[in-house]
Amino acid sequence: MITLLVNGEQRQVDVPHDMPLLWVLRDVLSLTGTKFGCGIAQCGACTVHLEGKPVRSCVLPVGTIGARAITTVEAIGATPNGARVQKAWLDLEVIQCGYCQSGQIMSATALLDAIPSPDDADIDAAMAGNICRCGTYVRIREAIKRAAGEVGSS
Amino acid sequence: MSQEQPRADSYSAADPEPTGRLSRRSFVSLAAGATFVLGFCLPTRRTSEAAEREDFAPNAFIRIDRQGGVTLIMPQVEMGQGVYTSLSMVMADELDADWSRVRVEHAPADIKHYANPMIGDLATGNSNSIRAFWKPMRQAAARTRACLVGAAALSWGVPPAECRTENGIVIHDRTGRKSAYGALVGRAAAIEPPNDPPLKDISAFRLIGRPLKRLDTPEKADGKVRYGIDVMPPNVKFATLAASPVLGGKVAHVDDHRARAIPGVRQVVVLDDVVAVVGDHMWAAKCGLEALEITWDDGPNGGVTSELIWSRLRDASLREGAVAKEVGDVARTLGSNSAPASDVVTATFEMPLLAHPTMEPLNCTVHVTPTSAEAWIGTQVMERVHAAVAKAAGLPESQVNVHNHLIGGGFGRRLEPDMAYTAARIAKQVEGPVKVVWTREEDIRHDIFRPAYHDRLWARLDGDRIVGWKHRVSGSSILARWAPPVFKNGVDGDGVDSAADTPYDIPNLRVEFNREEPPGVVTGWWRGVGPNNTVFAIESFIDELARKARRDPIDFRRVHLNKTPRLQAALDLVREKSGWGSALPARCGRGVSAQTSFGSFIATVVECEVDKSGEVKLRRVTTAVDTGIAVNPDTIMAQLQGGHVFGLTAALSGYNPLAKGPVQQSNFHDYRMLRIDQTPPIDIHLIKSDAAPGGIGEAGTVAALPALRNAIYAATGVALRRMPIDRKLLARSERT
Repeated sequence: MITLLVNGEQRQVDVPHDMPLLWVLRDVLSLTGTKFGCGIAQCGACTVHLEGKPVRSCVLPVGTIGARAITTVEAIGATPNGARVQKAWLDLEVIQCGYCQSGQIMSATALLDAIPSPDDADIDAAMAGNICRCGTYVRIREAIKRAAGEVGSS
Repeated sequence: MSQEQPRADSYSAADPEPTGRLSRRSFVSLAAGATFVLGFCLPTRRTSEAAEREDFAPNAFIRIDRQGGVTLIMPQVEMGQGVYTSLSMVMADELDADWSRVRVEHAPADIKHYANPMIGDLATGNSNSIRAFWKPMRQAAARTRACLVGAAALSWGVPPAECRTENGIVIHDRTGRKSAYGALVGRAAAIEPPNDPPLKDISAFRLIGRPLKRLDTPEKADGKVRYGIDVMPPNVKFATLAASPVLGGKVAHVDDHRARAIPGVRQVVVLDDVVAVVGDHMWAAKCGLEALEITWDDGPNGGVTSELIWSRLRDASLREGAVAKEVGDVARTLGSNSAPASDVVTATFEMPLLAHPTMEPLNCTVHVTPTSAEAWIGTQVMERVHAAVAKAAGLPESQVNVHNHLIGGGFGRRLEPDMAYTAARIAKQVEGPVKVVWTREEDIRHDIFRPAYHDRLWARLDGDRIVGWKHRVSGSSILARWAPPVFKNGVDGDGVDSAADTPYDIPNLRVEFNREEPPGVVTGWWRGVGPNNTVFAIESFIDELARKARRDPIDFRRVHLNKTPRLQAALDLVREKSGWGSALPARCGRGVSAQTSFGSFIATVVECEVDKSGEVKLRRVTTAVDTGIAVNPDTIMAQLQGGHVFGLTAALSGYNPLAKGPVQQSNFHDYRMLRIDQTPPIDIHLIKSDAAPGGIGEAGTVAALPALRNAIYAATGVALRRMPIDRKLLARSERT
């Protein structure tokens, strides 16, 4: 048995230690907001936060996590930056098919947590690991700036 | 040479017999881009006592409940293109519904009521959802509105013509009476709807033309949305699979003793073409799959390489093709192939096979019992999936139920039911429901690929005018497999789309199609379809002709577009907005493309820089578009922005799938997608228009490739003739 702290709750899972967190979240805990895209940390669809830092859950063995706090897209709206990012995403209609957007929102929230007013280079560095096949990048950039602006004005 | 289809029967998308329902006429629009709309019969239900208790559901698209809630039933699937919102706006506007009370429901697999009138099937594709349903949905809404008005007028004893509607309420101004739609539900069902009610004038649109918020996006922002891959029927198991690395190969032998020893692995399913491992979760299934020792029988395709495919296409392009369009006297203008006129300009262009990778990998969840089958999937072809599951399960279609979900990227890949057929064959061997998920590697390697095309063009100039033009497209025919009745007289209407109906006014013009199937490779729809290839070839060639005529590329296009003023206007606007003609740094260039594909008039300018190593840096993209009435202008902009990225990715991906036989690329590390740090500012400028709406979902993809190619031409002088972009050719170049 492994005990995980997921979205503020203790969860016990009976899974192999080398099992990536992604599949524990999706297939064992039914937290399907976190997406499978590539399985090799190339697309960012599976991004979650570990102690507030973005990680690719598809390559993170669940046995290495220990007591560190896991946050998924289902709970990110409870954080101030997560809520701002989600709002900016909807205000600017970033989302098309939406499949990659859990990961985009998790990466963008982590960016704002680290750099409250990111410039274009900061956005490139933080978001280049997240692929969007619908091509929503122009709006992602704009929405991050919008969300950052709301940090400043609040 | 044999024109037989490659062997694809093991999972053929054509298996579910979709074609009996398709007629040449019903499909003519897909073939030619025209807007032919089938007669559209909607069922009506008007009784009586039952109606006193029921919702008002006068046709297949609209249901109004007694609380005034309006449910709109969507025959077109939402895959990010915003169609749930746009089609709802079309109906709600004509109905004068209260937009805040509108909800959306996906239509069942009911071809009788929900077939796409431009395709004759339950299909979301060809950028035609708005074009296909613009009129029938407005008519359905107008009839519904007439019933509500009739019911109110009858109860008030006033003529219906004196009543008006607004925001879900019928109003009689003279007497000041008002009645909400919900309160009229019972009585409206007793009113005979008019056959041909007048539709709103454009000036009366209340929702259409506004950038309304999308209905599908809130639940996509907080993880609540359920794509096909997210369904969790009780006791579901998880499976993943492997198919032969050589396309079309079969399973020869499987040693599964190591796989079965892995904790969580429940079952190994061996079919003739795939091996699947079923487990308690995807991780167990994946580990099990990796532990299998599979011997494959390559079959006849073991020696297929991309060079073989290209050489067959190039040989084919030397043959005279089936004639898709002929005007004037091309033979006299251009001469014969053996004795061309001395000043004929020729060029060839090539587009490669290409995988789709949608962000949501292929998947389908199926539960087969001896007497029933249930499937969960996101698909662009609900009825074909329904038929595929029934066939795989060995059950009549009446015992099969398919649930459609929002789609995590379609791009044409989900216009095929092959994944459902494979998943259902696996599910038939499994007790209880099983979710079959393709790894990204299997998804890319066993795609149904975009066709490879080889285009050969001839033209003759007289001053700055093109007086003769011949365009021969050689490639596979998707329609011959996907909708056989539509493939007639050797011409694939999609393969010559935007070529046979080129907007350029040229007095002597001939367009030909040469069908040449790549051995072992099944080809299918890919965002932009035929125009991706034809517009790339035409717009690249036009740029070369402009240079030969010593004319500015926009001016040169304009003089050939006097019969297409909407495209001229788009060119004029993009010239202004893109800074066309202003000075650029060294090794930078701007390129333009113009097109009328999918019924929209689009001019795009790409600005790029090519460094000395051949790397292409995108600087800016500017597009001007006249797509007729813009139902939701923000969605149109989003589709063009995203479409451009999709096309630019294809141009810059470096993709060459069969260079050495089996598909080499397997994941996003070696099939490179454009990322945010490579994406330039993209500005879209809408031209106001009162014309009927055009298609938009694929147009941006089509526009991007030739505009980029022409920008590189301007920056380096290198006239690229093939996609994807070959950096080696550019590295050697000096600016001319």
